[in-house]
Amino acid sequence: MDLSGVYTELIAEHNKSQHNKRHLKTPTAVLKGKNPSCGDEITLEVEVLDGIIQDAAFHGIGCAISQASTSIMIDLVRGKSIGEANDLIDTFIGMIKREITDESELAVLEDALALKNISNMPARVKCAVLSWHTLESAIQSGPVKLLADER
Amino acid sequence: MSNEYRKDFPLLQQEMNGHPLVYLDNGATTQKPAAVIDAVNTYYSRYNANPHRGAYDLSVKATDLYEHARKRVKTFINARHGYEIVFTKNASESLNLLAYSYGMHFVEAGDEIVISIAEHHSNLIPWQQVAKARGAVLKYMYLDDDGRIAAAEIENKITARTKIVAVTHVSNVLGIVNPVDAVVKKAHSVGAVVIIDGAQSVPHMKIDIQALDADFLVFSGHKMLSPMGIGVLYGKAELLDKMPPFLFGGDMIEYVEEQDATFAPLPAKFEAGTQNVGGAVGLAAAIDYINQVGFVEIERREKELIAYAVAKLKELPYIELYGCTDLKDKTGVITFNIKDIHPHDVASILDADGVAIRAGHHCAQPLMKYLKVNATCRASFYFYNTRAEIDQLLASLQKVRGVMGFGS
Repeated sequence: MDLSGVYTELIAEHNKSQHNKRHLKTPTAVLKGKNPSCGDEITLEVEVLDGIIQDAAFHGIGCAISQASTSIMIDLVRGKSIGEANDLIDTFIGMIKREITDESELAVLEDALALKNISNMPARVKCAVLSWHTLESAIQSGPVKLLADER
Repeated sequence: MSNEYRKDFPLLQQEMNGHPLVYLDNGATTQKPAAVIDAVNTYYSRYNANPHRGAYDLSVKATDLYEHARKRVKTFINARHGYEIVFTKNASESLNLLAYSYGMHFVEAGDEIVISIAEHHSNLIPWQQVAKARGAVLKYMYLDDDGRIAAAEIENKITARTKIVAVTHVSNVLGIVNPVDAVVKKAHSVGAVVIIDGAQSVPHMKIDIQALDADFLVFSGHKMLSPMGIGVLYGKAELLDKMPPFLFGGDMIEYVEEQDATFAPLPAKFEAGTQNVGGAVGLAAAIDYINQVGFVEIERREKELIAYAVAKLKELPYIELYGCTDLKDKTGVITFNIKDIHPHDVASILDADGVAIRAGHHCAQPLMKYLKVNATCRASFYFYNTRAEIDQLLASLQKVRGVMGFGS
């Protein structure tokens, strides 16, 4: 196993970075994501307006992989529509599960591509996907219902 | 690596991630010597039949082997009678048996159950659920600065209302031997029964259950060289006798009528259905192996390893140790954290070097909260580990902060 392919500079940077660790003023959804078996626990805040993720932030504790994955995800989905975000979530989870391997298809993940090698570490897959599953629930619960009502 | 036992363990000869395996997760489960693997193999190759059932020779042999294993366990812990040894799946099942067959029947509303904050979930949740179901109070004994159950807590928490005291002999997180003699004495002075969780002690030290005088003792075979799926519940005969069965089924009955049944005497009353005879045979072989090594030798080796490892770890300024202030009553368990690094990242980086440690909450979430940590790393030794393996552990640990982009 090549550690440099897992604990990349980008992941180390995002793990240490605090720029997405804050509270939103007017979140439309606040959701906890947990991996009880290992103690990873994040709280994701998102603000969705007119079907667009205006902003997102998180707080919580966990390993470098879960922390970095969350921070990278937030940078990626900020400003994206719910539909785009859902596509990104599917692509990311597909990459980690090795169901999507086509590089051109994965390119949309931008910095999140740095987590690709986690797919070689079965014990850590759940760390990488925690925040993405949390986001999936967060944008489907409150805000998505709002959109449906408007229709 | 002078350790004459290692050659007996086939799994220890292999590599992990391209490095010689350094297996330091013995608190979770130990590896198995060839003697145990061969005993199980021989049982299934030559003696397998359903015990206690058939009138034919093979079934009698299987019965003999199963009951021989019970005698081995009886002698191993110096129980008074063989029928005080009940085979279960593991320590967790033994504790659940006690929760259902003792707790649910003999604990009343307002009674108290006392445990320690250092319990593994399997000696915590069963009592929490009994307390809930019966309207009893679950009380916790907290720890002194060295990590053992504080003397004052034993004195103050166990009262005239206490019906059950259930404590771990050795914490699976801190590795500290608890003052179980004092717990037994105090509990018996108020008429409470004492349950000792021996999962982390029985493999590592000589237990004389009659001298200890605890009412119940539970342990798992797989943490002491045996196959998984075989465990033990020891109970004093007079207590086991008055308890109703835990599971119903074949082999645990005397007479069954349409609307009623009478139950077999001990220990069959608590062994419903076909039992894990292969596992029991493996456990007997494991006990033989442990006896050959001897507890004097096991303790000497573990003490030497722990003293060496703790001294070396203390030289690394970024390592925080838990429960390592007093090594006098400590088994081969070291729990620690590396500053700024989550234990799971530590474990993954060590894994790449072939070093297997545990990371997480160790099935002891209340203890983690009490220690004010989210998770920890744990290295746990057995007599087959070596100084060279600890050197490898230390070498890997010294790489961790660099890999994670922190300066030393």
